[in-house]
Amino acid sequence: MTTIYEHDVIVVGAGGAGLRAAIAAHEEGADAALVTKLHPVRSHTGAAEGGINAALRDGDDWELHAYDTMKGSDYLGDAPAVEGLAQDAPEEVIQLEHWGMPFSREEDGRVSQRPFGGLSFPRTTYAGAETGHHMLHTMYEQVVKRGITVYDEWFVTRLAVTDDADPSERECHGVVAYDVATGEIAGFRATGGVVLATGGLGQVYEHTTNAVSCTGDGNAMAYRAGVPLEDMEFIQFHPTTLPSTGVLISEAVRGEGGILYNADGERFMFEYGYATNKGELASRDVVSRAELTEVNEGRGVHDDYVYLDMRHLGEDRIVDRLENILHLAEDFEGVDGLEEPMPVKPGQHYAMGGVETDEYGATCVEGLYAVGECACASVHGGNRLGGNALPELIVFGARAGRHAAGADLGDALIGTGRSGEVEEEDGLDLPVEPGATTGGDAVADGGAVTEAGSVVEAAVEAERSRVERLMERDDGVKHSEIRAAVQETMGNHVNVFREEEGIKQALRDIRKARERYEDVYVADPSRTFNTDLVQTIETRNVIDVAETIALGALARTEFRGAHWRAEHQERKDDEWLKHTFVTWNDGTPDLWYKPSVLEGEGGEYEPKVRSY
Amino acid sequence: MSTQEQEPATQEQEPPETESPGDRRRAEKQRRLAADRQAEAEAATTTDEETVLLKVFRYDPEVEDKQEPRFDDFHVPYEDGMTVLDALIYARDTFDSSLTFRHSCRQAICGSDALFVNGSQRLACKTQLSDLDAPVRVEPLPHQDVVKDLVVDMEHFYDQMHAVEPYFQSDDLPEGDLEEQRQSRENREKVKMSTRCIWCGACTSSCNIAAGDNQYLGPAAINKAYRFTMDEREADKKEHRLRILEQEHGVWRCQTQFSCTEVCPKDIPLTEHIQELKREAVKKNLKFW
Repeated sequence: MTTIYEHDVIVVGAGGAGLRAAIAAHEEGADAALVTKLHPVRSHTGAAEGGINAALRDGDDWELHAYDTMKGSDYLGDAPAVEGLAQDAPEEVIQLEHWGMPFSREEDGRVSQRPFGGLSFPRTTYAGAETGHHMLHTMYEQVVKRGITVYDEWFVTRLAVTDDADPSERECHGVVAYDVATGEIAGFRATGGVVLATGGLGQVYEHTTNAVSCTGDGNAMAYRAGVPLEDMEFIQFHPTTLPSTGVLISEAVRGEGGILYNADGERFMFEYGYATNKGELASRDVVSRAELTEVNEGRGVHDDYVYLDMRHLGEDRIVDRLENILHLAEDFEGVDGLEEPMPVKPGQHYAMGGVETDEYGATCVEGLYAVGECACASVHGGNRLGGNALPELIVFGARAGRHAAGADLGDALIGTGRSGEVEEEDGLDLPVEPGATTGGDAVADGGAVTEAGSVVEAAVEAERSRVERLMERDDGVKHSEIRAAVQETMGNHVNVFREEEGIKQALRDIRKARERYEDVYVADPSRTFNTDLVQTIETRNVIDVAETIALGALARTEFRGAHWRAEHQERKDDEWLKHTFVTWNDGTPDLWYKPSVLEGEGGEYEPKVRSY
Repeated sequence: MSTQEQEPATQEQEPPETESPGDRRRAEKQRRLAADRQAEAEAATTTDEETVLLKVFRYDPEVEDKQEPRFDDFHVPYEDGMTVLDALIYARDTFDSSLTFRHSCRQAICGSDALFVNGSQRLACKTQLSDLDAPVRVEPLPHQDVVKDLVVDMEHFYDQMHAVEPYFQSDDLPEGDLEEQRQSRENREKVKMSTRCIWCGACTSSCNIAAGDNQYLGPAAINKAYRFTMDEREADKKEHRLRILEQEHGVWRCQTQFSCTEVCPKDIPLTEHIQELKREAVKKNLKFW
């Protein structure tokens, strides 16, 4: 017996982007449902600390926000998406306020804003240093109020997509999900659309600010269903994470005036010329490289980290605006931020790339959308500015929710799939073949049948046999070993600093991980809350996603934004003002490119030297 | 199923009545697992490393040798700064991948990993092993149904949270220019602690009243209501909110034992908030006399 649940709009993931999408679809009159492998309030949006950029005040406007974002992206953002973010963010923030979000306030009772890295105006609205927590809970409250159906602890493992040869001809009819509590595998038919909002992929790295649940599920499922993954090589390493755990120390500490010192007590951002104007408030990629350079040149503390000092801000200001940072430093590093500087080092934080979408969140597959961190519209291009992730969630969450519910948002300016100026990559020197292994019976492919009536049913059947195969094996390799191997090679070779030979080694190691995954086994025999099985499925997603990151990193022979290559030390606009795409191509991945869209409402964004 | 049973580990190896290939497989797997676990646990105790002994509650209604609740021993190599969550992850990834617990963010914000550690409700991710007496006893939250191992059924907790109308009531943005509602800094400060709740359920699990009265809203839900009742932006809804709270299973059930306040990992003054709501309810009723 196959259970098929049916809704107009199915939203996969219930963090900030997913919740906003569901609310928007509901407001548009659709029957929306959220399907999440956690419970909504457990989502990692809750860990976002710093704030939400929105041009709300006199002296600021959306054009300035768009300009800053485009510069921060190192001119790899697509103007229609960047401008959409800047234009819609103010209304979305005001909407959150009217839903009751407890923003920090000025004396006159208005919402406070503070400076953030790479911004020409202090436009980051915030709620203490726990902005994401309040945003997540405020939107979940509105979901409860509206009675939107939530399937919590249902892990979506496969998209129900037709298998037309050309991915742009495919249609998404729904998803397949695994009920963690009972082990039931059920179908979810979406008559309007499926919105992927699965969040980050930080588990590709060992040292990450991301939750253990951030395994790139949406990216991997869309990829296997034929949707291009865009600019995957652009991974943001946040400059201030705690060395022992990867727990994030918000950029707000620097926004409020926090200072970085090396082991010799030098304020290196200025003294060594990394960013002589902006200093600590340079863009994140700039600060991360500066810190690692200090460590590599022997000026790090214990050859591992640098210090972030906020003591001079005074107890009142720290407690008022950064109290959460005191708790994090105390609980996870044993440091009293009022008395001592905090140890910090770069850690994986954010994926700029993701599932290719237009500026409404639509992918090239009919009925499939992606929003939030798993998507690439592209707003962030080569590097995301602090405070730009949260507005992305609500702006594009709302747009995709409305679009999936049938609203007419007009024609998109950003093309998807292999449309427009496509350039194939055929000269890449690969050390091993990427993609599916030959004997891999645990390989999940996205393709399903073309008969429109039975796509969801067929996908459920395919997923049942995949799970059955994983459960069947009595012995073999543990998923935790495979995941650790992938994390290790990515951390060693596809990190802040990247070299050609290292990236190739990572591709070899990922290949090995794929081969070992053929022998992966689930030791827990139970159908009840089998996290062993859940993590085994997640590990497959981690492998697929890691491979696309490494492929993009090898292909892009320039230094742009967060992507640094030892052999290629400049930004090459003549050759590389273009997005990288990787498509699964039924197991034999393809690489190709399309130019970035720099033509905005007020003319073309002229690539300039990015200095801070 | 209560967590108060304290059965010793049993090693019964009766052949199960196999009904299907799947059942047979599961039975085979669990025998193998038990043997592996024992071998690895023994290996760990013979090494010289400094280890911490974890005694972890195990139960699975579906797996034969886990149907009777028991405690398993895990010897985990100790490292400075190690938390209870780190130790559980080590035990799972190294010794027994069927060891089951919820966790996600690792930084005390997702609220997934509230557990009963050495007799009190704590978040595993922010509890240092160095602050605990060994052996460290890890159990699921008391007064909630156990689903498996350390995982409890949170549905009733969520129902209570939803029962206090935990949302701003107004629907649409006002017409005209985009503008926020004003809120004084004092008022934001007043609700600040109440807004920090991460829905971990530690408080409700620690509450004797909630244990005896399943309909009692409990400290977390009342705190959620406090957050809205005291927010000046919806002052006109205050009476409505107080009516929900003064019902039979509302604020008056609280006997100010402070157990919720003691266990809250976010230091929310829950008992104070409940007391303040009682005073507000009295004031509201006096108004009509």
